[in-house]
Amino acid sequence: MKVITANNITKRFGSFTAVDNISFEVEKGEIFGFLGANGAGKTTAMRMLCGLSKPSSGSGTVAGFDISKQSEQVKANIGYMSQKFALYDDLKVWENLKLFAGIYGVPAKEIGPKTDRLLANLGFESERNTLVASLPLGWKQKLSFSAAIFHNPQVVFLDEPTGGVDPVTRRQFWELIYEAADNGITIFVTTHYMDEAEYCNRVSIMVDGRIEALDSPKNLKQQMGAQNMDEVFHQLARKAKRN
Amino acid sequence: MKAISVQNISKNYAKVAALKGLSFEVEKGEIFGVIGPDGAGKTTLFRILTTLLLANSGKASLEGLDVVKDYKKIRQMVGYMPGRFSLYQDLTVEENLKIFATVFNTTIQENYHLIKDIYQQIEPFKKRRAGALSGGMKQKLALSCALIHKPNILFLDEPTTGVDPVSRKEFWDMLAKLKEEGITIVVSTPYMDEASLCDRIALMQGGEFLRIDTPENIMNSYKNILLSVKADQMSQLLKDLKAYQGLESCFAFGDSHHISVDKSSYLEEGDDWKIKLLKYLEYKRHRHILIEEISATVEDCFMELSEGS
Repeated sequence: MKVITANNITKRFGSFTAVDNISFEVEKGEIFGFLGANGAGKTTAMRMLCGLSKPSSGSGTVAGFDISKQSEQVKANIGYMSQKFALYDDLKVWENLKLFAGIYGVPAKEIGPKTDRLLANLGFESERNTLVASLPLGWKQKLSFSAAIFHNPQVVFLDEPTGGVDPVTRRQFWELIYEAADNGITIFVTTHYMDEAEYCNRVSIMVDGRIEALDSPKNLKQQMGAQNMDEVFHQLARKAKRN
Repeated sequence: MKAISVQNISKNYAKVAALKGLSFEVEKGEIFGVIGPDGAGKTTLFRILTTLLLANSGKASLEGLDVVKDYKKIRQMVGYMPGRFSLYQDLTVEENLKIFATVFNTTIQENYHLIKDIYQQIEPFKKRRAGALSGGMKQKLALSCALIHKPNILFLDEPTTGVDPVSRKEFWDMLAKLKEEGITIVVSTPYMDEASLCDRIALMQGGEFLRIDTPENIMNSYKNILLSVKADQMSQLLKDLKAYQGLESCFAFGDSHHISVDKSSYLEEGDDWKIKLLKYLEYKRHRHILIEEISATVEDCFMELSEGS
């Protein structure tokens, strides 16, 4: 089953074409890495897929809904997490979970038991009443990912979820991603860590608004005769004309 | 005289100890990297050294000048590029640069040679408001502004965070050129792969330095034996490795997994150790198994040191 489809999506701002005719599909349960240099158009593309902005031309579906015509349904059926915005610092751990669950329409009587299970799974019961502000960054990231998938969305969008996180926590975070994917949640993730690109089932690399490459890390390395994804990225992104 | 000399600097915010008695020295003209995750205390350290924050205890001096007593003189001789973009968004590129030059009693012309390579890339946009620049251009403008008064010491707080790998490499090339001008550069980063571009690095976590040394010495001082393991099913392989007895640690590392093994027990068993692991993984039905000894990267060392602390 396709959870994301993009057909010739273009986004123009005045005379500037931020996203230039991109097409791709993402399967259910897939971990899809969305890479590109700064300014390549990743954020603009991601905003359209999340129903926050409409394509100038082309069409797409996310979780079975049309991104142009059914943007509200799209928003209700996805999860989203970024490094910049994650949780409310001045709410407690359980309050944050309750808030996110409520916003996404999880029935009130399910929220309590699900919160218990989630905190037990994370080994995090003792911090139930802790203010999020006083949690270490790594814990905030894990909790914020859990909040983003609390309502069991079909797909979760992760925008540089591990930026600035220490190396051990970064790896634990990817184990959560794997677990969610095993449970059938599709993962759409951006990152600047090229070792993390290796953990994705497939990776797309955007250059100047276009998707220049899309395949499994293994095939991309083979096609380009590269040792690792860092080399693949450098070979492609070097061609960029935009700054 | 050292470029920077720090003795026992501590800083607390309410209950939280942000810096726990740091001591170190930076030589003139070196690129000194402070490498650690968010919350390690990097920004606090930078703010104390640039006289923007007072430590609770300890002493620090820059080229012999005390960060508390001589703060005015220090501000003349350091350049500081904060982690968050801190220029005037509603002024143009050129106006921003002019303000910084004027505040430091100099002109753009006087030190143009220092910023030429960097500034030329954004000069075509000099009439554009700083707020309307792309991330990469903002970064170049901020660096130009931090350099325009010809500082002896340049502090760069996470200049490459959130920056793509290609632009990061370009930025480090710029730093290498500045080093040739004799400027001492103190730079912080959460990216472990940037460590090798520094003369010396401090690995920082939880307000402490885990190690200070050259990147080579740090990599050579990895305590355990490090092996890389690959097979067809990498996520299952990670689970099976984690369940295997006798590993000091096991981490995913891009296209392979890195496992570390206690040196003495590994050397005692020799090749048998690898064969035993191979047998175990074959029993777990892995295919195309590849196990090889490798040398540690800075990231391996960081994880080894932080696990132990």
